[in-house]
Amino acid sequence: MSTAIEIRSAPHIKAPRTVEQIMRNVVGSLLPVCAFFVYQYGVSALASLLCVTAACLFTERLFVKTGTQSGSLSDWSAVITGLLLALTLPPGFPLWMGCVAGVVAIALGKALFGGIGFNVFNPALVGRAFVQAAFPVAIASYTPSFLPGRFINFIPSTLAWPMMQPPDTTAWLQNMQIDGLSGATPLAKWKFDGLMVLPQDLLSSLAGHMAVGPSPLLILACGAYLALRRFMDWRIPVAILGSAGLTAWMLYGLDPVRYPNPFFMMFSGGLMLGAIYMATDMATSPVTPRGMWVYGALIGVLTVVIRYYSGLPEGVMYAILISNAATPLIERITQPTPFGKSGLLQPKRGASYPLHPEYISREEANAVTPKKRLLKNKPKP
Amino acid sequence: MKFLNFLRGETFARGIHPPQNKHTAHTPIRRLPFAPELVVPLSQHIGKAPRPMVQVGQEVVRGQPIAKGEDWLSVPHHAPATGVVEAIELRPSARGPWTESIIIRPYAGATQEDLWGVPRDTSVMDGPEILQAVWDSGLVGLGGAAFPTHAKLMVPKQAKVHTLVVNGCECEPYLTCDHRVMLENTKELILGMQLAMRATGAVRGIVGVEDNKPDAVAAIQSVIDATRLDNIFVEAVPTKYPQGSEKMLLMALFGVEIPSGALPVSLGMVMNNVGTLAALGQLLPAGQGLTERVVTIAGPGVSRPGDYRVPLGTPISFVLEWAGASAQPSSHAPSACQLVLGGPMMGQAVASLDTPITKGVSGILVFHPEDMADRDGRRTFPCIKCGECVESCPMGLNPSALGMLAAKREYELMGQRYHLGDCFECGCCTYVCPSNIPLVQQFRIAKQVLREKASAL
Repeated sequence: MSTAIEIRSAPHIKAPRTVEQIMRNVVGSLLPVCAFFVYQYGVSALASLLCVTAACLFTERLFVKTGTQSGSLSDWSAVITGLLLALTLPPGFPLWMGCVAGVVAIALGKALFGGIGFNVFNPALVGRAFVQAAFPVAIASYTPSFLPGRFINFIPSTLAWPMMQPPDTTAWLQNMQIDGLSGATPLAKWKFDGLMVLPQDLLSSLAGHMAVGPSPLLILACGAYLALRRFMDWRIPVAILGSAGLTAWMLYGLDPVRYPNPFFMMFSGGLMLGAIYMATDMATSPVTPRGMWVYGALIGVLTVVIRYYSGLPEGVMYAILISNAATPLIERITQPTPFGKSGLLQPKRGASYPLHPEYISREEANAVTPKKRLLKNKPKP
Repeated sequence: MKFLNFLRGETFARGIHPPQNKHTAHTPIRRLPFAPELVVPLSQHIGKAPRPMVQVGQEVVRGQPIAKGEDWLSVPHHAPATGVVEAIELRPSARGPWTESIIIRPYAGATQEDLWGVPRDTSVMDGPEILQAVWDSGLVGLGGAAFPTHAKLMVPKQAKVHTLVVNGCECEPYLTCDHRVMLENTKELILGMQLAMRATGAVRGIVGVEDNKPDAVAAIQSVIDATRLDNIFVEAVPTKYPQGSEKMLLMALFGVEIPSGALPVSLGMVMNNVGTLAALGQLLPAGQGLTERVVTIAGPGVSRPGDYRVPLGTPISFVLEWAGASAQPSSHAPSACQLVLGGPMMGQAVASLDTPITKGVSGILVFHPEDMADRDGRRTFPCIKCGECVESCPMGLNPSALGMLAAKREYELMGQRYHLGDCFECGCCTYVCPSNIPLVQQFRIAKQVLREKASAL
């Protein structure tokens, strides 16, 4: 053995999973969603995805270069932020505004806190919240999906000049012989016009998006892939969808005329995208399993409450941001119970061996067990 | 596929499934010859070091006591070979500091038979006699902790023991020494169990074996059936790390949580390792002392891996040479290798090849850097709060929060609010951490600081 010996402390082996691998898999699972988004809206959606992601990567690079945050481009986390942010923006959203959103998402949503892992709020939602406040008109205008010629022509507002009023899409749509239904998502139609969309429309295409994006079923399938490979915690989406559905179902039971059915609540708007990709952002969600349930339930209930009782048709973004802020508190009150401190008196179910009749219960054991270890200060045999 | 666990049968909560790499499970135990010089450190176990009973230049025969326990937690040592005491001096130890050791030069023609010891009839021995005999044999826990066995078998007055649990889990990857002992020394194991049950007053004995060793379960069961024992049972438990931990195995077998800070004896159970009890069943009838143990020599850097019966005190360099790790690792990077005493999850890396095999060494593993899951090439990220560590901690702690507090040196808070004291350093959190944060290493430091603070008061 002429080689040098290294000393490291145990464990000497390591699971193959890395941060990069997790992030790469999330990006991979987002690609089908993005592809469907592009299929629906054509070149405008593609340009939006590329520009926003590029803006995110550029900002990340800038902050890594200046040393104000740890992390690097190779960890893929900025790509996730960019893709998610682009998916929440309406098709035809001016590209320069999308770039602003991307820069804000990384700069204010992530770099400000110190980079990957330190952010309190989901960066993509920070970016979207910013542009929602800054450009309320642009973010509320939608164009229908599956327009003819969508792979050749940009929606005119997409290529608007910075700081200029975007061109009017209504005239463009009328020019294309389509009735002026732009500016109304299924949720907005329900909220402001009292119109319900057919369930098959919700599932197929029209309503997955925070705006009007990919099918909720597609997002659900991609999320199932992530959960099965354990790149995402299944508890949070289940808690969100369950609590949102339950709350909506209760209200629907109270007044079916005023409130829509729970199915509409769960599959419309951005709830699916938010539940599976936004709320499960690891850095901004609780670590503790119990905390995940509480956090998910909070998001679900808040979403329904905001959708029903606020002036906005959509509530997922604010529900997630508020719950992000509540995460440290949730974590603090939901710490796991350490082994041996549960106070359970009975043996747990599923043990492979029966206890002996002479087994003394924990109460008796606690009475027997002195404060210090039993074997201490024991006299010689 | 963790979410499919419910199909595999319930065991303790959380835990991990590292790759097992038990390549040496099907090769019989082989003997290792005597090294040119055997180094017997006086401190080989938890407790006070015994006092040497021999002088420099004295001839000893194999099995002769050479050091005598004074304290009740200090066990005697026996000469591992027939030879001459060359020196009693400080030598490097695996724990780090140089410790006083007895150096024995075996005679060239010495046999590996124990020449010292009076055979006795174990069937007439009562509890205290067995305890005394166990103490005299110098037996300590051969699983790795090296806690004196007689102390473990001694039941405090206020407790009553009904069950002896035998730990045959061997959940660490690579290690197979307990597995081979269960296969090859099954009768001794059963005899050792009977003696230990008599010593503790237990009315039944249960061997818990992980279900990746079905042949061991079958071997033990066949001995039980052949001798028509009705108070000894063998039970297969689902394979999972760290099942070899006392509390985890009791959870898997009985579904009871040992209260935090208490010992299993407070619930009427005593646990011992299979290797220890097999040695007990071997040594007590022969009236001998512990002079050798089974060691797994494995790892990617060993060309002839296997389980070897190694005389205590054999220097690691000799063992490795014999197992084929001495060849120039030309196919490997020439830079470095790592020697681990014990398993890869909890074992200790040693710096010196001169350190000897002691009673608590269950394996020697040789790793090269490229075997270690590209650990060097891997970046350390800040905690991304993925929750993997929380999902894997068998003690139900929150290693993520503990790690963040450790980075801020908030050690008191770690102990008070986050139950640092319950951590038994199994390393699951560090194993799974995708950010490559040295969590368990931080906890060790924190615990050390807290211990020092507590002792300073």
